[in-house]
Amino acid sequence: MLKKAGGENTVLKGVKIAQASFPRPFDTGLEYSAPARGDWNIVHVGLLIPQSHQIYFCAQGCLRGVVQTTAEMEAMDRLSWAYLCDEDYAEGSLETNIIDSVSEVIKRMGKRPPCLLIFLSCMHLFAGVDFDMVIEELESRFGGVDFVKCYMTPTMRFSGLAPMPTMYKQLYQPLRMTEKNSKSVNIIGYNWQLENSCELRDILSSAGVALREITACKTYEEYLEMAQSAVNITIIPEAAAAGADLEQRLGQKHIYLPVSFDAQLIMNNYQTLCGQLGIPMPDLSQQQESAAQALKDAAKALSGRPVAVDYLAVHKPFELSRVLLENGINVKRVFVDVISGEDEQAFSYLKENYPDIEVYPTVNASMRFFANEQQDENEFVAIGQKAAYFCATDYFADLVCAKGIYGFDGIKRLAAMLTEAAAVPKDRRKVIQHKGMGCQSCL
Amino acid sequence: MIHYARIISCYSADTSGVCSALYELGGLTVVHDASGCNSTYATHDEPRWYDMDSMIYVSGLTEIDAVMGNDEKFIDDVCKCAQQLSPKFITICGSPMPAMTGTDFDALASIIEQRSGIRTHAMHTNGMKSYLCGASQAFEMLARCYCGSKGTKSAKPRVNIIGATPLDLSRQEIVESVFRWLEENGFERGCCMAMGSRFEELESAGDAACSLVVSASGLEAAKVLEERFSVPYVVGIPLGKEFAALLAQDVRRAAAQKKSIISCVERNCGQAENTVAVVGESVYSGSLAKAYSLQTGKPVRVIHTLDTCAELVAACDKKIADEDKLELEFEHCSQVIADPLFKPIVHLGTDFLPLAHEAFSGRCFRKTIPDLVDKTIDLEKRS
Repeated sequence: MLKKAGGENTVLKGVKIAQASFPRPFDTGLEYSAPARGDWNIVHVGLLIPQSHQIYFCAQGCLRGVVQTTAEMEAMDRLSWAYLCDEDYAEGSLETNIIDSVSEVIKRMGKRPPCLLIFLSCMHLFAGVDFDMVIEELESRFGGVDFVKCYMTPTMRFSGLAPMPTMYKQLYQPLRMTEKNSKSVNIIGYNWQLENSCELRDILSSAGVALREITACKTYEEYLEMAQSAVNITIIPEAAAAGADLEQRLGQKHIYLPVSFDAQLIMNNYQTLCGQLGIPMPDLSQQQESAAQALKDAAKALSGRPVAVDYLAVHKPFELSRVLLENGINVKRVFVDVISGEDEQAFSYLKENYPDIEVYPTVNASMRFFANEQQDENEFVAIGQKAAYFCATDYFADLVCAKGIYGFDGIKRLAAMLTEAAAVPKDRRKVIQHKGMGCQSCL
Repeated sequence: MIHYARIISCYSADTSGVCSALYELGGLTVVHDASGCNSTYATHDEPRWYDMDSMIYVSGLTEIDAVMGNDEKFIDDVCKCAQQLSPKFITICGSPMPAMTGTDFDALASIIEQRSGIRTHAMHTNGMKSYLCGASQAFEMLARCYCGSKGTKSAKPRVNIIGATPLDLSRQEIVESVFRWLEENGFERGCCMAMGSRFEELESAGDAACSLVVSASGLEAAKVLEERFSVPYVVGIPLGKEFAALLAQDVRRAAAQKKSIISCVERNCGQAENTVAVVGESVYSGSLAKAYSLQTGKPVRVIHTLDTCAELVAACDKKIADEDKLELEFEHCSQVIADPLFKPIVHLGTDFLPLAHEAFSGRCFRKTIPDLVDKTIDLEKRS
């Protein structure tokens, strides 16, 4: 940190967990954006559909983020846009403008894409744009192209389904009703492929069940074949709405087997999976034991160093903290703005048993100055990019949305990441500013 | 009227322009927009975000507050934050949704000022205009409200730099090069609006002998300084050796004669053979066109892709913002100097010289942006 332009009188906003309330420990107010960018946005997710193209309709200010995301991914050939002017929403020409702009963009393409994601903005929804009519007209003009209604509507984030669950739901809209294959299941709404060493893969392959993942699809046809799977598995809460929608629309059974660090919950997940597929539950005691041992090894490597966890690294930071504490890892700080219902039990447990844990927000205005005011740089070992940034530490597990962390294998991986993080510093500034973990970047 | 692009990028918006212009001055800047909308500015438009703490925030507007006209929450949040952080001033900016609901930012600023006791300014942004519009409003506000004259005399004529933001100049190092060039030409360093200067330095901006306008966003502020303190201005960036020398003469002339000069527009326009085009913001592109023309002897014109005013446009220049029209125009060019993200619409037979512009390509090519101040231009050597 080099300079400071104001904020000399900042009072930090953290509280001891004993004083923190569920689900919002902090008041809302003006918001800060920490420079940790590993999270995925709607562009990254939309690009998971092979050979698809995205077109955004919004004000210039809103366009800028999605266009730059795409430019950094060196994927500008997969994104087009049209911007709104003052007069557009006053003239009542929004629908016509969308249709005309899409038509012009398609004309300028060498080859029609099989799928076009059309993103409308807060302004369109607020103006009551007839999105269905727009899509119907486009379908009539451009047969053979699947048009998908998508939304970039952050102002409406508390009005119904939130933006990312909506995006995951729309991501599978082109899938059509087809005959089901009971020996095929999908992972839905996960941004990366499960690791090869994950026991979920072993369970399925041992039973002769194929696992389809959007991230493994090379062609649009291959993506459409995901409709053949009899079961959809979701592992993150944001994907649950997509699973429910597919169950209703295509009759694919949805089972939610959330990422967890709790051995019993992991076992429960696998029992649910095996029960649903009618396959035997394997003996996972060895995997469970080796995961527990890995955590012990990590605790040894950390040798009491304080650990910080953020909500972006894992969906349930309090559950993770509880498991780490129970295994001798010294979790001191948790960075979270809103505590999810799934994490309430662990939060209450920690409140009762570890009342001195410090809880900090990430968007509160005062957090702008938190990192700069850390007395002891590199004191903490962090799990997650925001925790690394705020704690000013180069010793961190670079983890976003539990990438690659599932089941007992996931615990082992996380333990290995922690062990490595304790010993090997990272280029914090560079690593955490890479947008969309795992995505290509020109930076 | 539709404005679309198949493959090229878009420019930063007005709200980013305001934030960028005011970033280093110790004010509280609040964009009235949804949660998360500040990450675009912080990630792509603001290279100082990681290294320099500044009070730039978003209000976290929700649909229900927009629909119900709950301005009280915005006022309350801004006042609470101001109380906590003690900013030197407060600036509030509109975004698309408040524009649709007709939020009265002048009234909000007045109420916030009354309650917080801190001078508060409303920027008339809506997220639908370019960064130049936002930055221009911010600089003009600084010139009107915070620039002053202490009556201090300097041994050498003092020169301000007006209109400097990373969106156009990328790095402080480039601003320092401009100041170094000024000093080498017998001038004294004035204030810079607004990279590398403290808020307090604005108080003596009116004592300068001249202002150097380095982007279109600085023009209105320079005019205000001229109107308030009789400080003339010169428009141009000292790019290339030859243009830098001419610009220094213009600054001397302007200071001596108290007459403003738009140096970057006085260019060799040539006739039909003028097929070399610089694309982008008017002042940087105009300066580069003039510098390149002086260096190579070729006439060079500018394709202005952003909002500009007539006085910054030379007779041979064109104003084109839409991708399809730009692509057609490029067909008539033998050489195009532009941000790399324009390349996909430049024909294969055309010589393309990439020159990244932060306001267009964000941080994608930041590392490649050259400091051409008072240096021989060697764009051909870069790829």
